[in-house]
Formats: sequence, C-alpha cells, structure tokens
Amino acid sequence: MNIQFTIKSLTSVLVLAGFLACNSSDEKSNPNQSTGEAADLTETSASNKGQAFIEGDSEEKNALQLAIGSEDHTTLVTAVKAAGVENALVNVGPLTVFAPTNSAFDKIDQATLEDLLKPENKAKLANILVHHVAPSNYPVKTLEKNIEKDRKLYMADGSYLEVVRKGEDLYIGDAKIMASVNVSNGWVHIIDNVLLPNN
Amino acid sequence: MKTIQKLLLGLGAGLLLIGCGNNSKEGSAGAMASSNAEKVYLAPGEHDEFYAFMSGGYSGNLTVYGLPSGRMLKEIPVFSQFPTNGYGYSEESKAMLNTSFGFVPWGDSHHPDISQTNGELDGRWIFINENNTPRVARISLTTFETEEIIELPNSAGNHASSFVTENTEYIVAGTRFAVPNPQRDMPIDEMKGEFKGPLSFISIDQEHGHMNLEFQLNMPGFNYDLAHPGRDKSHGWFFFTSYNTEEAHTMQEVNASQNDKDFIAAVNWQMIAEYIKNGGGTKVAGTYAHNTYDESTMTATTEMKQGVISVDPREVEGAVYYMPVPKSPHGLDVDPSGRYIIGNGKLSTQLSVYSFEKIQNAIQNKDFDGDAYGIPILSFESVLEGVVDSGGLGPLHTEFDGKGFGYTTYFISSEVVKWELGTWEVIDRQPSYYSVGHLMIPGGNSRNPYGKYMVSLNKITKDRYLPTGPELEHSAQLYDITGEKMELLLDFPTHGEPHYAAGIPAEKIKAQSKKYYELEENNHKYAVKNEADTRLERNGNEVHVYATTVRSHFAPDNIEGIKVGDKVYFHITNLEQDFDVPHGFAMIGANTSEILVMPGQTKTIIWEPKREGVWPFYCTDFCSALHQEMQGYVRVSAKNSNTKLRWSLDDEWKD
Repeated sequence: MNIQFTIKSLTSVLVLAGFLACNSSDEKSNPNQSTGEAADLTETSASNKGQAFIEGDSEEKNALQLAIGSEDHTTLVTAVKAAGVENALVNVGPLTVFAPTNSAFDKIDQATLEDLLKPENKAKLANILVHHVAPSNYPVKTLEKNIEKDRKLYMADGSYLEVVRKGEDLYIGDAKIMASVNVSNGWVHIIDNVLLPNN
Repeated sequence: MKTIQKLLLGLGAGLLLIGCGNNSKEGSAGAMASSNAEKVYLAPGEHDEFYAFMSGGYSGNLTVYGLPSGRMLKEIPVFSQFPTNGYGYSEESKAMLNTSFGFVPWGDSHHPDISQTNGELDGRWIFINENNTPRVARISLTTFETEEIIELPNSAGNHASSFVTENTEYIVAGTRFAVPNPQRDMPIDEMKGEFKGPLSFISIDQEHGHMNLEFQLNMPGFNYDLAHPGRDKSHGWFFFTSYNTEEAHTMQEVNASQNDKDFIAAVNWQMIAEYIKNGGGTKVAGTYAHNTYDESTMTATTEMKQGVISVDPREVEGAVYYMPVPKSPHGLDVDPSGRYIIGNGKLSTQLSVYSFEKIQNAIQNKDFDGDAYGIPILSFESVLEGVVDSGGLGPLHTEFDGKGFGYTTYFISSEVVKWELGTWEVIDRQPSYYSVGHLMIPGGNSRNPYGKYMVSLNKITKDRYLPTGPELEHSAQLYDITGEKMELLLDFPTHGEPHYAAGIPAEKIKAQSKKYYELEENNHKYAVKNEADTRLERNGNEVHVYATTVRSHFAPDNIEGIKVGDKVYFHITNLEQDFDVPHGFAMIGANTSEILVMPGQTKTIIWEPKREGVWPFYCTDFCSALHQEMQGYVRVSAKNSNTKLRWSLDDEWKD
C-alpha cells in the first residue's frame, strides 16, 4: 500500500487531530516516488510528511514505533492512524502514553464503539486517544509519587486523571498498568482498559 | 472481539482512501511549486520586500534576514562577544557587556520588538531582551548596532520582554524565575509566598531612545512568561501571562501543571506611572549596570546604578488584576484593534480570548473570584469573550494579519492554525516542520500588520536540510498568507535559536541605513584624522598607537621600541569615506579578537607582547587589490633594552 494522505483532505476530515501527513505503510517506496517527480519537491519530499516518518533518528523507539511493533496493540495503532494523531506521538515530547491492549479495546461495549466509529464522531475518536496522553514524563516512580503527594495527572485533552494503588498494582482511572516501557520521547504504560473521557 | 478491530481497520482504511484520493491532484504540484519559487525568487541585485529581525536565542545576538528570500543579511552582536567585528573585545565596546555581576560575555536573546508611533512600526529602534542575566538592549535601525543595554535588578529570567507600548512610552521586562526580592539566603523549599516576580517598566526617551528603569511592580512569585501591551482602545494596559501559580520549587514539569488555571496579569501602567509621578512607590535596593554607546565618541560607558522604585500592586487600587487562563499559558497577544486579548494555554487545546470591554466591565462591577495575594481575580466567565477550539495541541503564540484573522502556533501537533476574529472559527491549518515555537507576521503585533507573509520559527530541524552532525541550526518556514489557505513557500535555516522575530517593510528603514561614519564627526579620544598626526605615546608601560588605515596601508606600518611586558593599545582609525570599505586589524599573539573598523570609525584593541622579536600585524578584510600588502611590523625588545620608541611609514621615521 503506497498511498499518501494529503494535508488538505485530512484537515477537512479531522477537527481535533492536529496535523498529520500521509501515512505510508511502506516508507522505502517513497524515495522512488520522489525521484520520479523531481520537480515536485515541496509536496513529496519524505520529510514533508511529518516527524512520524523520519527514519533512524534514535536507537530507541518512540511511542508510536513501539506501538507499531507490538502485536498486542494493533487496534490502538489502527485507531491512531485513523484519527491521524501519529505526529502527536512522535514529537520531542516528553509524552507519557497509556496504551490499551487489543483486549482492552475488546472490552468496550459494542454500542459505544459503533457510535464512536460513525463518521461524525471521528473527532471524538481522536479526543479519546489524546485522553491517553500526558504531556510530560511519568515513569512509574513519578506516578507513585503522584499518589504520595496527591498530585493529579494532566492529560493532553485538558482533563485530569488520578493514579491509585490497588494492592501491588498501579491504576490510572480503572485501567491497570501492566507494563512500562521507556521510549525515546517519554514513557509508554500498557493498560488493560480503554480510558474514556467523562464527556 | 475481532469485529471491533475490523471496524477500526475499516475506518482507518476508509480515511486513508479518502485522504489519498486527492493525491493525483496534489501530484500536479510541480506547477504550484514553480510558482512558489517565483514568489520567493529575487533576481540577482534585487532587494527583499521586508526586513526580518530574528532573535539569536543562545547566540545572544540578533540576525537580520530578508523576506521573502530568506537571505541572511547580518548578525548584530548584542549580548555576546562577537569576534567577527570585535564587539565585546574592543576597548570601546567591552563596557556594553558589563553587569552588576561583572563582565558577562554571553546572553540569551529572546524577543525583538520594533519601536512604534500610534501603534504602527516606526523603524527608529529595535529592542531585545536577555533572559539569563536580565537585560534589555536597544539597537539603532540606522547603524544596525547595539547602542544601549540596561540590566534589571531584583529579577531573574527576563522572558516577558521586550515588548513596546504603542508610542514606545515603555518597554517591559519580566521575571520568569521567581526569586527572593530582595535576594537573601533562605531555604529553597520555603519559596511559596516568599519569592517575588517583579515586572519592570522601562521608559524611553523619545529623542534618543535612552532607557530608564522607571519602576518595578513587585508581583507575587509566579513565573511571568510573555506579555503584550494593549493598543488603541486598550492602550495604557499591559498584559502578562504567568504559569507555576502552584509556586512549585522543584520538578515543575509535574508540579507546575496541577492548577487547572493560571493567571494573566492585567496592569494599568498609565495609572501606576501617575502614581509614581505623585511620589508613590518605595525606593528599594538594587544594583544594575546601564551601558550606553556614544556614536560620536564611538565608545561605550557603564554607569552602575543603585536603587529602584518598587510598587506594591495592592497599593494602587484599580491598577492590577489577575484573569484566570487555562493550563500554563505561554504567549499573550493582543489583536490589532486592541479589543481582544489572547491567552495561549500551552498545555491546553484551546485559546482563551478575553474582551477588553468585558475586562473593564468586570472591574467596574467588581466581578471578582477571590484574590491571589491581595490582587483581585476577575471572574473567568465575566471576561472570556470566546474560545478558539482548533483541536491542535500545545498552542504557544498568536499574531494577526490585519484582515481579521489570527495565526497560532501549536508545538505538540506541529502546525500553524489560521482562525477568524469574532467567530473564533478555524479557517485553515498547515503543518510546520517541525514543532513550531513562535511565528511572525511583519507588524503582526501592532495596529497595522502587513499580512503578506508569515514566518514560523521551528524548534526541531531533524532531516530538513543536508545533515551536519548532531548539532543543527534551527529552521524557519515562510508562508504566503494572502489567500484563504496558507501556502508554504520556503524553508531556510536560522542562526542560534530564534524565539521570536520582528518584521518591517524594507521601505520604512532602507533609506535611513547609514553608509559610513563622517570622519568630521568622529570624536573618539584616540582618533587621528590624517596620516600626519599618526604617532606613538608612551606612558610607563602603556603605549598608545594612534594609527590609520587607507587602501592599502597602515600608518605607521613600522614600529620599534616596544618592550616585553608593555600594554600596547592599537587605536585604528579608518580614514576611508566611502560605502563598504572596512579595514580589519589583527596582531599576532593578541589575547583578544580582531577589530573590523568601518569607514570613519576608530576602534582599539590591546596587545601585550610576551616575546622579543619582530611581529607582524595585518588587515583582516579583503579591502582592495593590494590587501595582501596591507601589513606592518612591530619590533619587540627586551624589557630593559634601550631601543628607542619610533615609528615610520615608507621609512620616514618619527619619534
């Protein structure tokens, strides 16, 4: 699949998602495309697609690359791509992403999900995804300190979430943190429930 | 539940298809790209339409670019030593970098702003602030040289600066790092309620532009980040964003985003100026350097000043209010009409738009929502006019095109969003490459913007240019904003880290740009105006060389009788009286930089010879066909030798 989103069409589709360039599932094919249209520099140069598509700028994976590489997060990756928030997950950050697994998505009731998938609710989908991102560095140690110091966790959609301890486990809202990964632009905590914003 | 996954996949694929449906249309952009090329192309010898002055960030300087070409025209040294022309190294200019902490060779320049008359750019001066050792500089837009630097005592992190009121009555300076005021030895974790965030008001003498630290408003210890003056209807007020109203002293990345809202400080500076005039305020301690460069003597001097008038904001009733603003705001911008004040909550997804009229009404009706350290907080609902809900993440800064639209940068979602004043509707959004900080429209923060181009100043460069190792220059992008949609025209690298820029139509300042200095008007203490007067004078171990340059020799060019341990001052006067004929001067073993001397100018460097021998000096600027011949020798003898002090040009020895 060698297809490109164009910025124009995307912005008409996505209200909240912020900008993104076109997704390409096969990066390597793009240079060929560029050389084929040498004059078309501003539109097709690889870097005009956005930060999500720069290769090899870190030994470490960023939050998006980690999710893409995970078998347990195919639903999340699909949703991120659909909502067009790739570039929000790859910027310099720091970001903390709470990444629901495929089985977490499976727990959402059918009606809610179907509603979410209606074309008029695409912004809502992006909003839900942004609700999973905190614009700061939150390793487990800092999350634990949040509990200790009664601090809130500020999420990129403008809401606050609370971290609580239940037994040995840390929870964000009602989602259990199952594992944590340090990525090049922050932290990814893998969770077992989708975090749905109150609104 | 595989169906869910399929649904999502279906949606994703659908979007991808919709998105890419236009690819063939955009694919014909070859024609568009070539018309973009025409828009930024200047035939050899043609001039740009606008000047763009970009702050140098950690270079400490100010760079001058032409728009739309993106050509860099000059780097003006301001807060940092600049060996290219000797600024901060030469004996005349060293004083420019004096502070109450001693000589500081470096600065972090942030926000340039051009002087205004009636709210319009007037092209007299450009001001720029220094964040690290709080200072504000004034640069002449005739000579394009730094003429004055004033330090701000009792302050730290002068970030909310150097914004100009609409008749250049005042320049402001802020405190981004709250500090004890007065400074004292105390435990850091007792900061809360103890630290202060003074806001400085510097009045400007309209004839010469000289800066005077008139008063400091001793605000509560929040982090004052950015500012803008009211204009037109709201002239007389100044607005400052603040964050860390939590007053966190550590790990601010977490602790300073706990409050749902921080504050914009609304300050009626006219009222406070009146209060001062009537003897209000208290003189408090504070030592600060005030450095001025005199164009006539070509020499900078430092006056170390003591004491500043401090104003307690609670003492001037009706002059200072807080307005709640969501999420650690960064930019604070006022639209050209002065009616709307825009808070850019950098961790929010929205812009908050306040109405000046509503602010006045809320004050009138005492529509307060409590107070912060005795400063009334205007109720958010009563002053909020609208919200720009673009869906972008991380709004930082807004400017205006004068046609009813605002342009806001979003750092996290890496884009510029165009929206309409009044309806607050989003009109267009374009990506930035990458992670844009501020943007600039020439005159975009004045009553009369020139809404033809917009420049985004991007924080992340990565792969935009040929790679140059790990350290990269920052990147700017030029957009055409004459149509409904913004159109990306050009990428160009910028020097240092431009935090902000100020643009002005070239026509406004081009004609006043000085071509050379009149030798007649050179009142430098060590100037010589003809070769006959060139000489050496010894005073103990100090030797003053009164020398001249003209194509293609120094006078004198042979010097004898210098001894090891002497301090030799080379005072070089460039006798040329023609446009663009500088001469340079460099001396082997000098522990300082070269000097680049403009026609009619005198500059001095010091040389302390350490070894006997015959040592050359030369002209560093390729001034003429015989530039390579433009050199001379100094004979250095032992400390106790009897070598006679004498000098010559073409073997006509004098002593």
